[in-house]
Amino acid sequence: MKRLFRRLDWRGAVSIAAFVILWTLLARLKAPGFAEIPDPAAVGRAFWQKYLPSAAYWNSWVVSFERVTYGFLLAQLFGIPLGLLLGTRKLFNEVVFPLVELLRPIPPLAWVPLSILFWPTSELSIVFITFIGPFFIIVINVHDAVRGIRKEHLWLARSLGASRETIFRRIILPSVIPAIAVGMTLGIAVAWNVVIAAEMIASDAGLGRLTWEGYVSHTGTTVIIGMISIGLAGYLSTLIVAWAERRMMPWQR
Amino acid sequence: MSGVLSIRGVSKTYDPEGASVEALRDCSFDVRAEEFVAIVGPSGCGKSTLLNAIAGFDTVSAGEVHLDGRLLAAKGRAPRPGPDRVVVFQHGALFPWKTVLENVIYGPLRQRRLSRADAEAKGLELLRASGGLDSVAASYPAQLSSGMQRRVEIVRALMNDPAVLLLDEPFRAMDGFSKSTMHQHVLEMHRRYRKTIVFITHDLDEAIYLADTVVVMTTRPGTVKQITRVNLARPRVPEMLYSHEYAELKRSAAESVHEEALRAFERGEKEQA
Repeated sequence: MKRLFRRLDWRGAVSIAAFVILWTLLARLKAPGFAEIPDPAAVGRAFWQKYLPSAAYWNSWVVSFERVTYGFLLAQLFGIPLGLLLGTRKLFNEVVFPLVELLRPIPPLAWVPLSILFWPTSELSIVFITFIGPFFIIVINVHDAVRGIRKEHLWLARSLGASRETIFRRIILPSVIPAIAVGMTLGIAVAWNVVIAAEMIASDAGLGRLTWEGYVSHTGTTVIIGMISIGLAGYLSTLIVAWAERRMMPWQR
Repeated sequence: MSGVLSIRGVSKTYDPEGASVEALRDCSFDVRAEEFVAIVGPSGCGKSTLLNAIAGFDTVSAGEVHLDGRLLAAKGRAPRPGPDRVVVFQHGALFPWKTVLENVIYGPLRQRRLSRADAEAKGLELLRASGGLDSVAASYPAQLSSGMQRRVEIVRALMNDPAVLLLDEPFRAMDGFSKSTMHQHVLEMHRRYRKTIVFITHDLDEAIYLADTVVVMTTRPGTVKQITRVNLARPRVPEMLYSHEYAELKRSAAESVHEEALRAFERGEKEQA
């Protein structure tokens, strides 16, 4: 929260105000390309009258948040153990890692058609696509972190009497927590990227769909309210993830 | 009386994919109980390889290491580290996710030698005796200076009542002031707890100032080139660095060290070419 407020000092306010004024001018003057773009006041009015009281609008928030949450959490749930296995088990690594490297470069959105064919409902296919993005990120981060664990830590733990299981639980796991945190930060951003695009293609609900419907119906205010909502939603999730990360790593600051 | 260390004909050859590298060749020397031994040699001379063999982190290709008559390392014997010989590393190896006190009591808890309450009491006492470090018991290592971190590591090692303390260039990355403070600290710890210490360094001054015996090693393959007994009185004080005896000791060892440094340098040039 402190970071949020620090960013909103007067210097930042200047550029935001300039942006709003410029946008108002361009929209009012119908500058080239701005024919269908409403000015900020119109957006504000539409939000106040149409969207703030609208259950359907708030439902889009809930739907998108649910998809991101499921996709993101499932990615951690499967990705962290897979990364740990890849990092600690040599044979497992030799067998599975090539497959991971083969599938990893496929962008999550390239999975959309296959996902729709495979999963029985569009909800499942969207959650699956939202899962793919953060999944490979966390796998690679954890895998690298395990391999990067300082051998001195492992040696010392053994010197001091730790058993094999203890070393996994008390040395390897805490050692990879910073990498899990990095994976989560990157993963939540990717999850939002992916869910919005997937909703535009394959869903009848959510903030991505709302924005897309605004475009299809030539309603500029909806498009812009959708965009701002998506930005806010992503920012909110980032705050939640950052909070969780601080709880995970009390030793960092 | 414990902490008698015997290194007998230890050799070590690394063989990564056929390109065999001889790190140690026929290294032999003895360490008496409570003795402070410094091993000096150019970078890459196998000092750390030798230390890892004593600590039980790596195998040896030939020879034997004994501690108090017990065989620690021999050819074909799986390395086995233990709380009787704990290492303090060059870059430090405190667990960053544990507080100072949790780091310090890790050994006794893992070995189930002490209850948590007893371990904490002993840990705080040792920290206090180590320059008042009990005041940072609840801090995390990253919040401490590197000098304080090393002192905590020494406490963590002492908590296990080791027969021998292995120090692997622990002050290498420090500035001159911190380094001389740490020297006095290590001397004080040695005086108080009477542990055998094997101290690895590439700094001859540091070696002579701290140790009872200075072992000069050759460049790779590392072997013992010269053993110098340091007859400076204890307690050691910085004025001794300007004494006649000190100058004599340094003269006698410096030539060997310089020869090896030069050989290491020339070989480095060749390897670069």
